[in-house]
Amino acid sequence: MKENNNKQELRVLSPTAILGYGFPEESFNEGMRRQPDVIACDAGSTDPGPYYLGAGYSFTDRNAVKRDLSLMIPAGLNAGIPVVIGTAGGSGARPHVEETIGIIKEIAAEKKLHFKMAVIMSEFEKDYIKEKIRKGDISPLGPVPELKEENVDESIHIVAQMGEEPFIKALESGAQVILAGRSYDPCEFSALAISKGFDKALAIHMGKILECAAITALPGSGSDCMMGTLKKDSFVVEPLNPIRKCTALSVAAHSLYEKSNPYVLPGPGGALDLTETKFNQLTDTQVEVSGTKFVPTDEYFVKLEGVRRVGYRTVSPAATHDPVMISQIDTVVEKVRERVEDNFRNSGITNFYLDFKIYGKKGVMHMFPQTPDSSSDELLIIIEAVAPTQEEANTICGFARSTMLHYGYEGRISTAGNLAFPFSPSDCKMGAVYEFNVYHLMRVDDPCAPFPISFMEF
Amino acid sequence: MQAMIMEKHRLIDIASVIRSKNSGPYELTFDVIFKDFETYGKVKAAQAINIKNFCATYGIPESDVLHLVYFDPAKAVKATICRPIPSGALGETDVYGAQQHAPLMNMEIEF
Repeated sequence: MKENNNKQELRVLSPTAILGYGFPEESFNEGMRRQPDVIACDAGSTDPGPYYLGAGYSFTDRNAVKRDLSLMIPAGLNAGIPVVIGTAGGSGARPHVEETIGIIKEIAAEKKLHFKMAVIMSEFEKDYIKEKIRKGDISPLGPVPELKEENVDESIHIVAQMGEEPFIKALESGAQVILAGRSYDPCEFSALAISKGFDKALAIHMGKILECAAITALPGSGSDCMMGTLKKDSFVVEPLNPIRKCTALSVAAHSLYEKSNPYVLPGPGGALDLTETKFNQLTDTQVEVSGTKFVPTDEYFVKLEGVRRVGYRTVSPAATHDPVMISQIDTVVEKVRERVEDNFRNSGITNFYLDFKIYGKKGVMHMFPQTPDSSSDELLIIIEAVAPTQEEANTICGFARSTMLHYGYEGRISTAGNLAFPFSPSDCKMGAVYEFNVYHLMRVDDPCAPFPISFMEF
Repeated sequence: MQAMIMEKHRLIDIASVIRSKNSGPYELTFDVIFKDFETYGKVKAAQAINIKNFCATYGIPESDVLHLVYFDPAKAVKATICRPIPSGALGETDVYGAQQHAPLMNMEIEF
């Protein structure tokens, strides 16, 4: 690693908002020309929902991830700077990290690269979490029920978001590539700076902005590069593509993005306080940020995430353009549901979830039943069944579909069939269904201990 | 003293950004960024977006609101609520929570 302990500035290159989302090579090369001290990238999010943590599968594409890493790792090695990846594989549990290790192995072999890699794990054994519950170290995060031991038994994977401390430990060991499991997004960007004594609040705040790459710029993009330059009392962010610029407003507005409260941004070990933060337009494309504070918590907490399997899903999308059917859709749904339940009452298939998502009436806004219904001369109906096995889900969905297709509603004129199916086969087996069941804070004594580091040599 | 004349405005006419998104799987957050600081200042002074009219727009109880803050640096109002169901739970129609903003576009506020 390049020796830069005495530097007054530290530059962080953020190639893309999520590993695998891509970036133009021109932007990346421009970033490398500016001699960054670290290349950092976050690879994950809970946004795509609980499936990916449960299934041990990434929401990003393997080839796209490989393409990004194939540019980032050689560039980092050539420049003698670390490449830091957090939340590997989208969710950061063991299978996600192992999948990314496999990609990096391929790259190292194909490009004949030699380097030391640190791998930081973030998945927990169930006994460890249950012991933590018994010690009273786990509390709900926001509007979430208390965690019980049976919730832990039900969960498939439980991970925690690590802070910057394990990254710092890995950097100090001389690792040239760091691949981490679930991480608090800014840490990949802030760890090197904090280890070199830069202001922690500014380092984390800069990381908060850089982790979304050029989403902060105008026009915004999740697949283009950003550069952050950390100084003693401020930091500067700028895009690396001449078609974009950062404005004081675009950077300030980013403090709102996907956050609960723009003034207080909590993370492991404490919270950023943006009450006194100033956003200053430095040049046409650069914004300087200052005044952010870090307020440590008395004890150190990390955020846990876990999911449980609910069952298996089958769906059938179908549509209608019949005004009589549309006028009676609520009754049709109710009657079909009754018929399905009655039909299987004595057959053992009674434990299922059956839903009808009705687009054109109450589709997107289903979460808020009190908002006004939409109206349309066409409806898309997604029949959804979730049951303990795929076969049972297939049975319920298929039976609901055929019942709805031929249901004789009041005033029916179109007696040949009630539904227009866009596909044959009409039903789609979706596989396992998961839901979040762990979203809690866990008190830890040592920010590094729960996140073991191992090393690989290529 | 001159009487204040209050006028009604639709958010879509005075905001440049109206959006919704998950803030973690258990919360949903809404941002309204105004076109100019002058309008934002008037909205803020009148507290023209508030917990009461926000909840009426979505038909939710006031106890579901976790934060409703005016954020001066971005001339924005942010409201964060308890998600009616956690992201991806059975009954979901918007896993990312990115399309729950439409009722705000037509919301009328007075200032």
